[in-house]
Amino acid sequence: MAKTILSVDDSSSMRQMVKMTLCDAGFSVIEAVDGKDGLEKAKANPVNLVLTDLNMPNMDGLALIKELRKLPTFAGIPIVFLTTESDDSKKAEAKGNGATAWIVKPFRPEQLLTVVKRVLG
Amino acid sequence: MTTANDNASFEALTFGLQGEIFALDANCVREILDVIQITQVPGADQFVGGLINVRGRVMPLADLRVKFGMDRPPNGDDSRIIVIEIDLNDTPHLVGLLADKVFEVTEIRDSSIEETPDLGMKWHPEFIKGIGKRGKDFIIIPNFDRIFAA
Amino acid sequence: MSAAELANTFREESADLLVKLEDALLGLESATDDKDLVDTAFRALHTIKGSGSMFGFEAVAGFTHHLENAFDKVRKGEISLNSELIGLALGAIDHIKALIENPEVASSTTGDTILAKVSAITGQSAAAPAVFKTAAASVRPNEDATWRVRFQLAENSLYMGTNPLGLLLGLQELGICTVVPQTDKIPVLEAIAPTTLYMGWDVVLTTPRPRSAIEDVFMFVMDDAQISIEPVVAKEHRLGEILIKRGDAPPEAVNTAMEHIQRLGTVLVKDGVVSEGQVQAALAEQQHVRAEANKAQALAQTQASSIRVPAERLDSLMDQVGELVIAQAHLKQLVAEMDDSPIKSVSEEIERLSNCLRDTTMSIRTVPIGTLFSRFKRLVRDISQELGKDVNLVTTGEETELDKTVIERLNDPLVHIVRNSMDHGIETPDNRAKAGKDRQGHLHLSAIHSGAQVFIRVRDDGKGLDRDRIRAKALENGLIGEEDKLTDQDLYQLIFAPGFSTAKEVTSLSGRGVGMDVVKRTIESLRGSVEVNSFPGHGTEITLHLPLTLAIIDGILVRVSVGYYVIPLSAVEEFVDLTADEDKPNSGRSFLNIRGELVPFIRLREIFNTQDPAELHQKVVIVSETGRRLGLVVDQVLGEHQTVIKSMSPLHANVQTFSGATILGDGSVALILDVAEVAQMGHVPEIDREAS
Repeated sequence: MAKTILSVDDSSSMRQMVKMTLCDAGFSVIEAVDGKDGLEKAKANPVNLVLTDLNMPNMDGLALIKELRKLPTFAGIPIVFLTTESDDSKKAEAKGNGATAWIVKPFRPEQLLTVVKRVLG
Repeated sequence: MTTANDNASFEALTFGLQGEIFALDANCVREILDVIQITQVPGADQFVGGLINVRGRVMPLADLRVKFGMDRPPNGDDSRIIVIEIDLNDTPHLVGLLADKVFEVTEIRDSSIEETPDLGMKWHPEFIKGIGKRGKDFIIIPNFDRIFAA
Repeated sequence: MSAAELANTFREESADLLVKLEDALLGLESATDDKDLVDTAFRALHTIKGSGSMFGFEAVAGFTHHLENAFDKVRKGEISLNSELIGLALGAIDHIKALIENPEVASSTTGDTILAKVSAITGQSAAAPAVFKTAAASVRPNEDATWRVRFQLAENSLYMGTNPLGLLLGLQELGICTVVPQTDKIPVLEAIAPTTLYMGWDVVLTTPRPRSAIEDVFMFVMDDAQISIEPVVAKEHRLGEILIKRGDAPPEAVNTAMEHIQRLGTVLVKDGVVSEGQVQAALAEQQHVRAEANKAQALAQTQASSIRVPAERLDSLMDQVGELVIAQAHLKQLVAEMDDSPIKSVSEEIERLSNCLRDTTMSIRTVPIGTLFSRFKRLVRDISQELGKDVNLVTTGEETELDKTVIERLNDPLVHIVRNSMDHGIETPDNRAKAGKDRQGHLHLSAIHSGAQVFIRVRDDGKGLDRDRIRAKALENGLIGEEDKLTDQDLYQLIFAPGFSTAKEVTSLSGRGVGMDVVKRTIESLRGSVEVNSFPGHGTEITLHLPLTLAIIDGILVRVSVGYYVIPLSAVEEFVDLTADEDKPNSGRSFLNIRGELVPFIRLREIFNTQDPAELHQKVVIVSETGRRLGLVVDQVLGEHQTVIKSMSPLHANVQTFSGATILGDGSVALILDVAEVAQMGHVPEIDREAS
């Protein structure tokens, strides 16, 4: 069955792009507008993968990831960052908190798909 | 096949079938052959009941006498096969036409053609495009589009 | 997905963000130390930059980046916010608007002036960051190289969501992989923590892509995994050499082991120098390299000897070979009437040569069916989505060659069959699970040679054909009578009847009753046949039997009265005499007893409406049509005939008894019997009789 992906981003155009790309490829997508919203939706829905922005109001991506990794249901669920940050210290911080992979903006829809497919296996 | 009536006059090949003279546009004639071996196609319409081999090409042999309700005596010494090119389903095809006798290539003037001959016709008017006159002879110009569509 | 749509969303989004930014900046004018407002301003700029770069607004992204940077510094307390920066930011809003709405008209000087002033405050250069130039990935095919990739992921990586299978699939996408798992680190059962990853993998990969492509696969795990990527020199090595090269065994140990007579790998494992897994990996590498070397050699050979030829030339070559075969048949016939052995032997030589030439020419016209099969991957994926089913397609026999014309015309029938299988055959994942099957459905598309024919098979593991439903539907449509006893095969064939559909609900894909009859007609027009097998609960198998080529067939020349006819040899099983006892013209049903089996027969002279009386000593040609045997009564069997097929004229479209014509040695025309049609004529009247 179609895998469910949670897309967390405060930018509506980014969410739209992610949704279109992934829906076209046969995934089902749940959207959240910030970390807080993302956490609630992650608790309420079984998801196979989380794609999240780093810089967001209310709860940022790092805080979200920490919360998600505390949930027993999130063991083994890949979490991928979509971020404009390309410096290694941020990546290391994200990884240390439980991120599986990251994609640096700007990226092409195909790149997103490649990473999503690889991470989902 | 180009439409004969459009021009002021056209080159026509005249041939005989059971005493009547027929004419067809000389432009669509590919060649004229003596009668060769004819293979009957069981189940086919008598009008196109045969197949012939013209130098490696297999083509149907049409007998206009069937469409014009004429007698069909066996082929004689003067019998010929006129190979013509016509459009079937919008693609050109070669078809043989059986003739009792082939006369000549002649010019038929438009003015000598009567559109719808209504003089007690014994033939299906649909199959005739017009009747031309040459001296005191009538020349039948068959409508091949209709004949082969039927 | 439409780029224009996304650009529009971005425009709307940034308009909102710019309003927020403006509000924040105006608020900051009176309260420069309001952290929340600084955050809001920063995030607005951050989002405009990030999304702008995504949707083709590179100029917007480049410009905004510097302002974002300035506000990031304010946020971190590195610089303080003053009215000058606020003023610049307010001016920047208008410039960003202009860049979004009217990039051509937006003045670059305005932007440059703002940036120069901003960089004076932040102390950073105003050069556009390189990150916004998305370089088009250049995919130039390189020479294949073989790599030895070994990786051992961090122990917690499963917990962190890393999927080792994803990495292996990533490698597989790059080229040909030989994967050997390394299990040495797996502890004894009591010590195993279920979420911990103990395994490692050794992969030998042959790919045209550069090393960086391999590194890209591991980009997310690079930091905390042990990964090594080394080139393998594409030369065949002995096991010992490979183990040394891979650093798994010291040269001395290998040399010592070499002195033993046992197999090297076994010895090294026994001596504890290397593990079984390491030896397996090295052996796999040896095989992989060997296979690649062989493949490269084969490829080099085919490349060296292949040329491209326009298809029309092949067609005209085929025509000419056809003429030659006819002329040769004529020659043979003339020679047979002579008593001149030197000419006879020349004629035989010409016969041999023209047969060879015919075979070679036909083989030139054939192409592998893989080109057709590859289109189905996408189709199956699309249909799976449309139907909400999960279907895995496996194709085999891609290398099977068929006449190019046949392949071109097979596309539509195969699409119909595949759609039908996926729509009606394969169940939804939930129903499959209920039936105790794998949730994923399987579809197998295969091609295989069988004598002068090719079998193309579509097999699914769905629920199979519903015999009762087909029967009910056929009764309803008047295709069969209440009393008709049909074999399974006959019943399945009904799905190909025009207007036949058993679908309870009409779906958008199939079930409109069109399609399957078209399939049968197309296949028959290619002189092929369709076979259906079904296993209730386990799936359906549809096999297309197709001739290797369209242009020339082997046939049996027969005579009925004065007419000569060719029966395709592929349909012919044997010849028998029609005994006077069996030859009772008015006994209604006609059957022959062939070794205990009753075989119905029909008289071709009746079908052909031949007037003259039947000859003595008639023969029966026993043909087989989709598994059913049928006798065709003829006056004489003349023998085998190389048949160059000439298509029937459209003027004979209503004559279905013949599939074409051919030219005999003496130049006369013989008709080629369409056995399937004749068999129908033989069977239909009986069904009519029973039904009425």
